[in-house]
Amino acid sequence: MSVASAFMAVLRRDLLLGLRHRVEIINPLVFYILIASLFPFAVGSDRSTLGIIGPAVIWVCALLAATLSLDRIFHADFEDGSLEQLFLARQPLVLLTSAKVLAHWLLCGLPLIPAALALNALYQLPVTSLWPMLTTLLLGTPVFSLTGAALAALTVGLRGGGVLLALLILPLYIPVLIFAVGAVGNAMNGLSIAGELYFLAALLVLALTLMPLAAAAALRIRLG
Amino acid sequence: MPNIPPTCKLELRALQCSRNDALLFNDLSCVLQTGETLYVRGANGSGKSSLLRMLAGLAQPDAGDVRWCGTDTRALGSDYAAVLQYVGHQNGIKLDLTAQENLAFYQALNGGPDAAALITALERTGLASCAALPARRLSAGQRRRLALARLLLWHAPLWLLDEPLTSLDDDGRALFRGLMQRHTTGGGIIVMATHEADIGANGPHRELVLQ
Repeated sequence: MSVASAFMAVLRRDLLLGLRHRVEIINPLVFYILIASLFPFAVGSDRSTLGIIGPAVIWVCALLAATLSLDRIFHADFEDGSLEQLFLARQPLVLLTSAKVLAHWLLCGLPLIPAALALNALYQLPVTSLWPMLTTLLLGTPVFSLTGAALAALTVGLRGGGVLLALLILPLYIPVLIFAVGAVGNAMNGLSIAGELYFLAALLVLALTLMPLAAAAALRIRLG
Repeated sequence: MPNIPPTCKLELRALQCSRNDALLFNDLSCVLQTGETLYVRGANGSGKSSLLRMLAGLAQPDAGDVRWCGTDTRALGSDYAAVLQYVGHQNGIKLDLTAQENLAFYQALNGGPDAAALITALERTGLASCAALPARRLSAGQRRRLALARLLLWHAPLWLLDEPLTSLDDDGRALFRGLMQRHTTGGGIIVMATHEADIGANGPHRELVLQ
């Protein structure tokens, strides 16, 4: 039995559970679109105003939508005893945790990217902002899932853990927010976005390297 | 059937456990040989589940250690995980998956698919007719049977069972006694927390009462 097969088994199971319980996937997506759609009603339809706030609003809403779904990564497994069984599996916990994070991103992070296309149009943002918006979301949303998983593992099973998780995680998302919104803003002004993209890519690599280890360690602490 | 050397044993050495600054048990020692069953009894909150979690490696004792075949289980790591099966308070099953999908997942995680073993596990726990039903539609007793069916998916010599009879009807209990007997006859070791006064099991067994 290879570790790859165990990884695929967890990934397949979590995707299947997500698709059979669609409300958990749809809720963050609806929240994302709904909240981002409210701002034009509040500030009016002035194109220059929307152009200034648009990238930031779209990114902040993506950040909040990602936070909304973090609790689902480990909570259900903790409640029904599946987490103990994953812990006792013959494969490394860090590998199984990585599979769960990937499933979370595919179900809750990836759908935010096409939804950003519609929001881009709603805010009447120039076409030049489209590519940077999608690229930054593609680089930034996995960082949300990875970092969120480590803290979700640390707070799983705690009373009021959801609120605590949001309080702990939001400050950690700020670097992604700064570089992502900066990249979109630069693109709209005709400036280079390479620096911001490199920073986002570096954050993603850092999160990919460290966060599954941190999540597995946190789960050991919580289960013990 | 379990395949372990007859000299293999599970040793609990001077275990100590406290919770919320209260000592649950101290200097708890015991040696279980192959084919033996240990019934752990005690009032609610006496530390039965904590002891089982320690034996499974899910929690660490405040003092003492657990040895499998003479080696500290912490040093054995995943090799120890490979020799044990743990059924806790929670069933560890997903209600949105079918009975068959639940078992297939654990098989994939712990040794690869084995359709014959999966079907046998469902049949021996009386769940063959429910294999394609989502676990959500099973009764509490059937869900417990599904958790116990996991024991039959692969050959783990050490079974750690926390109140396995919860929600089981008379047939289920008889069926489970049969599974236990078969396991210990084959050289397996069972540690089981229970409130049952008379489990009705045959074979060598001991009792540990936690105060």
